[in-house]
Amino acid sequence: MAPPAQSQRSPSPSQPSGKGEVSDLKMQLRQLAGSRAPGTDDSKRDLFKKVISYMTVGIDVSSVFSEMVMCSATSDIVLKKMCYLYVGNYAKYNPDLALLTINFLQRDCKDEDPMIRGLALRSLCSLRVPNLVEYLVGPLGAGLKDGNSYVRMVAAVGVLKLYHISASTCLDADFPALLKHLMLNDPDAQVVANCLSALQEIWGLEASTSEEAVREREALISKPIIYFLLNRIKEFSEWAQCTILELVSKYAPPDTNEIFDIMNLLEDRLQHANGAVVLATIKLFLQLTLSMTDVHQQVYERIKAPLLTLVSSGSPEQSYAVLSHLHLLVMRAPMLFASDYKHFYCQYNEPFYVKKLKLEMLTAVANESNTYEIVTELCEYAANVDIPIARESIRAVGKIALQQYDVNAIVDRLLQFLEMEKDYVTAETLVLVKDLLRKYPQWSHDCIAVIGNISSNNVQEPKAKAALIWMLGEYAQDMQDAPYALEGLIEDWEDETSPEVRLHLLTAVMKCFFRRPPETQKALGAALAAGLADMHQDVHDRALFYYRLLQHSVSVANSVVNPVKQAVSVFADTQSSEIKDRIFDEFNSLSVLYQKPSFMFTDKEHQGPYAFSEELGHLSIGAEPAAAAAAATDVDHIQANDGDLLLTTTEKEESRAYDNNYSLSQLSAQQPTSTIDDIFGLGIGLSVAPPPPPPSLQLNAKPVLDPATFQQKWRQLPVAVSQEGSISPQGVAALTSSLEPLLRHMQAHHINCIASGGKSPNFKFFFFAQKASDSSNFLVECIINSSTCKAQIKIKADDQTASQPFFTLFQSALSNFGIIAS
Amino acid sequence: MRFILDGRHERYRRFRSLWRGFARHCNRLSSPNTRDLNQGRYFLGNMISQFFVLSQRGDNIVFRDYRGDVQKGSAEIFFRKVKFWKEDGETEAPPVFNVDGVNYFHVKVVGLLFVATTRANVSPSLVLELLQRIARVTKDYLGILNEDSIRKNFVLVYELLDEVIDFGYVQTTSTEVLKSSVFNEPIMVDSAHMPPLGPAALFMQGNKRMPGTAVTKSVVANEPGDGTIQMKSYLSGNPEIRLALNEDLNIGRGGRSVYDYGGSSGSGAVILDDCNFHESVHLDSFDVDRTLTLVPPDGEFPVMNYRMTQEYKPPFRINTLIEEAGSLKAEVILKIRAEFPQNITANTVVVQMPLPTYTSRVSFELEPGAVGQMTDFKEPNKKLEWGLKKIVGGSEHTLRAKLTFSHESHGNITKEAGPVSMTFTIPMYNCSRLQVKYLQIAKKSKTYNPYRWVRYVTQANSYVARI
Repeated sequence: MAPPAQSQRSPSPSQPSGKGEVSDLKMQLRQLAGSRAPGTDDSKRDLFKKVISYMTVGIDVSSVFSEMVMCSATSDIVLKKMCYLYVGNYAKYNPDLALLTINFLQRDCKDEDPMIRGLALRSLCSLRVPNLVEYLVGPLGAGLKDGNSYVRMVAAVGVLKLYHISASTCLDADFPALLKHLMLNDPDAQVVANCLSALQEIWGLEASTSEEAVREREALISKPIIYFLLNRIKEFSEWAQCTILELVSKYAPPDTNEIFDIMNLLEDRLQHANGAVVLATIKLFLQLTLSMTDVHQQVYERIKAPLLTLVSSGSPEQSYAVLSHLHLLVMRAPMLFASDYKHFYCQYNEPFYVKKLKLEMLTAVANESNTYEIVTELCEYAANVDIPIARESIRAVGKIALQQYDVNAIVDRLLQFLEMEKDYVTAETLVLVKDLLRKYPQWSHDCIAVIGNISSNNVQEPKAKAALIWMLGEYAQDMQDAPYALEGLIEDWEDETSPEVRLHLLTAVMKCFFRRPPETQKALGAALAAGLADMHQDVHDRALFYYRLLQHSVSVANSVVNPVKQAVSVFADTQSSEIKDRIFDEFNSLSVLYQKPSFMFTDKEHQGPYAFSEELGHLSIGAEPAAAAAAATDVDHIQANDGDLLLTTTEKEESRAYDNNYSLSQLSAQQPTSTIDDIFGLGIGLSVAPPPPPPSLQLNAKPVLDPATFQQKWRQLPVAVSQEGSISPQGVAALTSSLEPLLRHMQAHHINCIASGGKSPNFKFFFFAQKASDSSNFLVECIINSSTCKAQIKIKADDQTASQPFFTLFQSALSNFGIIAS
Repeated sequence: MRFILDGRHERYRRFRSLWRGFARHCNRLSSPNTRDLNQGRYFLGNMISQFFVLSQRGDNIVFRDYRGDVQKGSAEIFFRKVKFWKEDGETEAPPVFNVDGVNYFHVKVVGLLFVATTRANVSPSLVLELLQRIARVTKDYLGILNEDSIRKNFVLVYELLDEVIDFGYVQTTSTEVLKSSVFNEPIMVDSAHMPPLGPAALFMQGNKRMPGTAVTKSVVANEPGDGTIQMKSYLSGNPEIRLALNEDLNIGRGGRSVYDYGGSSGSGAVILDDCNFHESVHLDSFDVDRTLTLVPPDGEFPVMNYRMTQEYKPPFRINTLIEEAGSLKAEVILKIRAEFPQNITANTVVVQMPLPTYTSRVSFELEPGAVGQMTDFKEPNKKLEWGLKKIVGGSEHTLRAKLTFSHESHGNITKEAGPVSMTFTIPMYNCSRLQVKYLQIAKKSKTYNPYRWVRYVTQANSYVARI
């Protein structure tokens, strides 16, 4: 047999170093291939080992493929195994060579020794070469019926491998049906488990295109199969038990007796040393009892002890996984773990990731009865030499304070932190004290006394510096030195690298000015001058804004900068309850560790074949942050609104020059009632002037747009119109049964649907239309809420000017739906 | 401002979820079956894509690709990510993280990184447990687990990996089952000793780990602690074993909080808060007479993990004294007193204490006639280390350390040093009172009398005295 052409060339340009050795190996292998002398196998073993060691370190040894195959004619099982390993590694990238192996693998599949049959079948299925699938069907079919359980075990997974190489071949050969039969009849537990895994994956992936697959997938969680598996659960390996428990957690027992039967049967799984089994059982128990509040509570009580044991018995990595789940449970039932808080004390040699979770647990379980002890413990960590943990601990103390337990004592502790005179402790504490004061203004007196003593020179971190400056401004009247401290900071304006700090500095000095004008006047002038000259756009804009505000009216400026503030009662939760519920549904999965539902981190391939929409999802995200950023800036400005006079004459002249350009500001100045709106009116008023009445719009009756173009355009175009529309209740009623009528209705208005979906009460549609005159496109995203009869409409258009008339058209078409038969 | 930003993320997340639902629909407009909108969440299985072992330097020692759906360069991506981890102020990578849709799991065993990758949303406990188990099985086969032994035996390791996992699904991790399908003979590295399989041997070890923290001021601590009954079995023929524990053993506190028991500790019963068992353990008669029956697999495994809260006397008392001696000098005096009986000895005691960061030099002074003690100043992390080979019960040891500072300390030195931590092992000191009353081999072979060996060890990994 002629060696493959590839071996003539350099085996791999990236690995020239191994080239000499590889050709040596090739020579030696060739010599041994035909030899039948005793001891040949031993020499072969040595050579094979060398080949595989090269393979492991990344040297390309694919050039010896044919020699390896020639040498594989042996009864030595160790040799065979090495050969299979080699073949499996290279076949995928050398399909021509893979063909060479088919023969001997097929022969081995009929070997007397079941071990060799199994191994050969496994290798055969692992070649991952699409044009060889025809050779797999026969051996797989025989393997599934083999008398030896090892071969059947391998064959069951082999079917799954075949499915991934060629789904149609696998389905055409009716392998899933064979697997199902095997699953319900095989005496070997691992064969059953492999059949189950394979079927779950095959039907799960098929379900997107085939109704039959959906039915088959549902059949897996039917009562007979669930009971069949549960009754044998102890025969399965711990790993297979996890698979079965996960499957059972999808099963919805029709009555409560069944629920109790299942839970009683699986109760002892909670005492398993394998954390995965315990967590899978817990998930099942929680899911089963979701609608039974009392029992659900009992489940929490029951699972507490096993979980705590798992935390302390495994490796730190395992503790981490279990603690993440505990954290999720604690968030749902904080009282439950309140008395076990000592389990969450950190041990000094634990890795950071475990400590951090434990600190979060301590924060979560803190209540009236244990806060004192928890905070005492946390304070010990704060004094620790481990700086990241010290920081986290201080944050944890702050969070507990914000939960309103024992605030008095905590404020004292926080203030003690400031006396420790460690930079990072001071920095973290300052940020916390600021948040605390926003929630509990009544503590300002105590805090300010201490804060006043802190020299801003000792605070370097931007966040901490910003917090300190905020307090200097906010409590200027209580802090003797406030104007002078600010003055000092303004002198160092040039050296201040963080724009955040400079922004805060501007605002603080404004606030301070209104409280102590004579002392601050000079500093304010300097700050505004520095701000106006600042390179950072936001800083510049804010300085300019203050300047104009002061110029406009001092009293308005004061009410803007120093409004009556209400204490913040609850800081916004970072996660919606919807997201939290989603994570809870995905208990015992990565979602819990990442604290996000799976759709946020699994890629499209593992979500099913929906590339198009996934892409689109990305695009629209681009638009969202922009809008939100705009909103954020608005808020920024609102907070920043301060005002005052004290402008020098030159400045006044300067500003007069601007006045002409901003006549609107004069207009707004005459309506001093709603200050903030008016001030905004000054800048933005011009841009929101209504567009000229558009010409009437004619749409193309037969628009054409393929999804890819739609997708691309959706990504590129800005949102032209984003408004709420309405739909008639009759229309909504029609929607809940089928989406089709609406699509036809819109089509009658020359608006075509490119995609739709959703579940009551939220439906989502993507429409497109084309202008008759110049075939420019309109793209629409429309979310209809059937309970409120409202529609959120977002329009993007090639021709921006036409978007408003298009919206009108769209809205009228939508609102007609259900009233006028289309 | 922070909160507003977070709010924005939330909106975006919800948005994505809508999209996904919608997406599903667009591929199947012909049959609007809303049920399918959830199918992305449908669990496909706990499968991994790749498994690999990396050395501390990031070299691939073993690399096995099971499913081919994760790129080949994953080991490099992983190692770079772990090595230069910097997220949320953390400097150490968590055991699980996601890079570009690939989930990386890793556990550290004897300095090696055991890694698995997958794209699926699997059970993290399962994969992390699996990695630990692979390490244990490998150790069972190789006798000793380190870079050298794996490199020498990589063909055997590959063979194992092929049987442990097929197409990403775990098949078995039992040394017992694997025996029938693994054929390579291990190559011994010099330091490895395979226990002889001929005259069978059975080792039992009860490990009690000391509770997390101990405060020097209180003599009696009341803290949760945990322990393990470890078994190492090399019995041929796999006989059944009966293991009896204290008859007065109680598990759980009947719904009461573990902290609010008052005088119950005086009753003499051993109360465990909770425990779990290895899968080979049968508990049929456990409720009746506190015996466990099991057919032990070959090798080492934990028979039982337990957790208990009890009053106990800390085995050591640590006293620390820091005295300033001038502006650039200070003296630290560490005193350790062993509070356990004289017939017991603690081994491999290591005391550590972080010193102020501006410490430049430390000179040590041990008590006269000290043997088996060593002292060190770990310059890079400014830690004082004091090792004692053994400490006899009732004895007391003192270390004096003179510190020299590079600049003047401002403030309280005691706040910049400490806490003192201690690790130690005390063989035959069972502070939990949980005992193995007897150990019985059910079907005793006539040809040999197996060697049985039971010992108790108290270990502390995190014993801290705060100054």
